Amino acid sequence: MSLPILKKEKLIEVLMMCCSFVTVLTTIGIILILTLEAIKFFAEVPIGDFLTDTQWTPLFSDKHFGILPLLSGTLLTTTIAILVAVPLGLIIAVYLNEYASPRFTAVVKPILEVLAAIPTVVYGFFALQFVTPLLQKIIPGLNGFNALSPGLVMGIMIIPYITSLSEDALRAVPRSLREASYGMGATKFQTAFKVMIPAASSGIIVSIILAISRALGETMIVAIAAGQEPKLTFNPMESVETITTYIVQVSMGDVPQDSLEYKTIFAAGLTLFVFTFILNNISFFVRKRFQNKYE
Amino acid sequence: MNSKNYSRGKLTDKVFKYTALAFTVFALSVLVILLVDIFSKGLARINWDFFRNLPSRHANRSGIMTAMAGMLSLLFFTIIIALPIGILAGVYLQEYGKKNRFASFIEINIANLAGVPSVIYGILGLTLFVRILHMGNSLIAGALTLALLIMPIIIVATREAIKAVPNSLREASYGMGATKWQTTSKVVIPSALGGILTGIILAISRAIGETAPLLVIGALVYVPFIPEGPNDQFTTLPIQIFNWTSRPQADFIINAAAGIIVLLLITFLLNGIAIYIRNKWYKKIKY
Repeated sequence: MSLPILKKEKLIEVLMMCCSFVTVLTTIGIILILTLEAIKFFAEVPIGDFLTDTQWTPLFSDKHFGILPLLSGTLLTTTIAILVAVPLGLIIAVYLNEYASPRFTAVVKPILEVLAAIPTVVYGFFALQFVTPLLQKIIPGLNGFNALSPGLVMGIMIIPYITSLSEDALRAVPRSLREASYGMGATKFQTAFKVMIPAASSGIIVSIILAISRALGETMIVAIAAGQEPKLTFNPMESVETITTYIVQVSMGDVPQDSLEYKTIFAAGLTLFVFTFILNNISFFVRKRFQNKYE
Repeated sequence: MNSKNYSRGKLTDKVFKYTALAFTVFALSVLVILLVDIFSKGLARINWDFFRNLPSRHANRSGIMTAMAGMLSLLFFTIIIALPIGILAGVYLQEYGKKNRFASFIEINIANLAGVPSVIYGILGLTLFVRILHMGNSLIAGALTLALLIMPIIIVATREAIKAVPNSLREASYGMGATKWQTTSKVVIPSALGGILTGIILAISRAIGETAPLLVIGALVYVPFIPEGPNDQFTTLPIQIFNWTSRPQADFIINAAAGIIVLLLITFLLNGIAIYIRNKWYKKIKY
């Protein structure tokens, strides 16, 4: 009687182990596919050209395969988003944690999180149809597709990532630290910036890294509102193309499988993956390292 | 104490307080502006025909029927693939997993997967499901891709929910002579169900809004039929919205806004349910 039960127990355990192994296979699959196809690409295009050529024109007759224009487009929109999200997100987190009443925080935090739940295609529409026309009234001559508008909208979208994680980090700082600061006669502002933020810095850093990683990989907002012109520029007024937009553009077109043009999406995808992979790992280790700081 | 310094400190404090409040209000008002803008542009197009019509090159005769049908079928397959695997993996890692190098490897792996851009999942799906496994740009290829994408969310949510189950419950079950799986399936999972359910709903909400990976695997933008099986081609509501948004004619912009209203209502409804369940469950689990 007891043997079948034990057997069943073991069987279920093995089944569950296989399920958790699916995640490992997913990672292996992503890395293998990106590298194997990228290797085929680099057999035809020297890696030196890929990294230094200042033009990206795989879909034209005069072909250039320099990743720099796509990279500059990606970094430009990400930088704009981070310049919006980090100050706003962090100051809101400090406000909610140090100044606002618990009731205000309880109401505002979930509403802010709605910003992160809205599908990105909606933000793309909002950037193209509302923010760009608005900016064009302020900045005459602004291109209909530009890096600024999707960058700003992306920044708004990732505010909750910064606010939520930073607020958690601030809340984890022991009360005694704050009270010691007040006891020394410090104001709320001094306490927040000289005591609380330094004490919560690891959590805040994690939130910023995750936000950068999120912005680098964002696709629909930039695909809709930033344009599809790979240009090596850091001018936010111009239209740019990001790595993600390029991947979508090629997938939607009629590029024959196994052509060099088709392989470009793997080289571009690998470049994006390397960036986000490094950032995600840094954030993971920062979090692990400081997780139990105040426990 | 220097009283001048003290009052300057107070002034900085006040200035910061109101600036920060203004920032908070600004972020909230962007949300309001977005909603007002979209509702004012799209509400006029919302009527019964909009839900019933096929896509068309005439904007005012275009509808979202095939997009909605495609999205619901896609979700159905995504859920039946991702749910069992995700929950079992989460249960295993939290309840059975030992604290060893393999466990920490899996943990960092899942954290990494959650941060992989969705467009990269699209490349994985395109190569693995569409090309290597010859599924073509079918519903099932899309569902498998989305299932891999939302699996980390389900696993993390399951683990968090199970972590919150008090140990006393497990020990009571063991004390009654129950085996590990009996305890897990009859005591731990039922107690964690509220938290698991919340995570699942949020994962579904995420899957509904995904556009980029589906475009990469080759989901079509124009599908004048309702998919009837897992091997049919499909489109979804976000893809339809993307298509309408990229058209120059103003009439299609109205359609896009109307489609967004439907998409947002679904998203908000799901998130509302998730928050409701979470709050109820949190009260229950705090014995």
